[in-house]
Amino acid sequence: MIYLQLFLSYLKIGFFGFGGGIAMISLINNEVVVRRAWLTSKELTDIVAIAQMTPGPIAVNCATYVGYTVTGNIWGSLLSTFAVSLPPMTIMLLICYFYKRLNHNRFVEGALATMRPVMVGMIGAAALTFVSKETFVDWKSYIIFAVCFAATWLKVSPILLIVLAAVTGIILY
Amino acid sequence: MNTRITYNNEKYILGQLFWSFFKIGAFTFGSGYAMIPMIEKEVIDRKKWFEKDDFYNQLTLAQSAPGPIALNTAVFVGYKLKGWIGSLISVLGVVIPSFTILLLVAVYLAGYKDLPEVESAFKGIRPAVIALICVPCIRMMKNFSIWKIAVAVSIAIIIWQLGISPIYFLILGAAAGIIYTFYAKPKPKS
Repeated sequence: MIYLQLFLSYLKIGFFGFGGGIAMISLINNEVVVRRAWLTSKELTDIVAIAQMTPGPIAVNCATYVGYTVTGNIWGSLLSTFAVSLPPMTIMLLICYFYKRLNHNRFVEGALATMRPVMVGMIGAAALTFVSKETFVDWKSYIIFAVCFAATWLKVSPILLIVLAAVTGIILY
Repeated sequence: MNTRITYNNEKYILGQLFWSFFKIGAFTFGSGYAMIPMIEKEVIDRKKWFEKDDFYNQLTLAQSAPGPIALNTAVFVGYKLKGWIGSLISVLGVVIPSFTILLLVAVYLAGYKDLPEVESAFKGIRPAVIALICVPCIRMMKNFSIWKIAVAVSIAIIIWQLGISPIYFLILGAAAGIIYTFYAKPKPKS
């Protein structure tokens, strides 16, 4: 049964994964943490960190990791990765097929224009959901946050930042 | 879309697609936006599979479709060269590296998770990750009108506090946009 749930959850995440990787985090959070309780919010934060440090799309990284953690075997990973890739692939193929009619279609553009604030809201929700006593353990956490925020704003590489944050964590805690 | 380009080697095109996207999947880190320059270099500059304008037109559609941008790009590049088989091969190429790496992480991290050093490292990492999510969120709001910012902020708070699925907001947003387009402007002659 867990396999069917995993498949359906990731199918849903793939189908509604508008806005790419970071916007998908709030969808993943809603399915995997809120609805299914397969992971805690803290564990998902860790997975997002790992996904940022490893190559490849974040959604695929998350699916592979969650699939394995939930079922304890490779088939779970394979299934959730397949499920998360299937809807975007199908939709993109349809878009390629109807390319001429969809390009500059004003209804498509209209729908996307009003979906944009939703996507931004989804990213904001992901950030807010991750803020807790477990992620911000003390005042030092807030300093790490502020420094990383400034550095990201100045376009410092995220991988470098995570590595530095990890080193800081080992030194401080 | 239909402009013919002579590919450097027609015969091994599926193999080339797989290898190009395998490299993209294995060596690009972070979000889809970070991957675009790498994809561009491989697909336009090295392989000459696309004209620049054509690539950007399709990229815009790939960004508006659901799913990871790298995966969506793999689909349209593969489709152009070899139809749906090409798409499938490119998607496999882009997914296989991250699948393999994350599987290894999932299998081996479980054993180290409880080490105090690992937990300390993650204590440092967690606030950093939240910062990494906050920045693009605020950056995307830069060109927003006041009411769009208000909508985005309220949606963020509702999803966060009430745990409502973002899917409903996406559907509402799309519907609102379609209805607005329908009534706002007169239909152009087709």
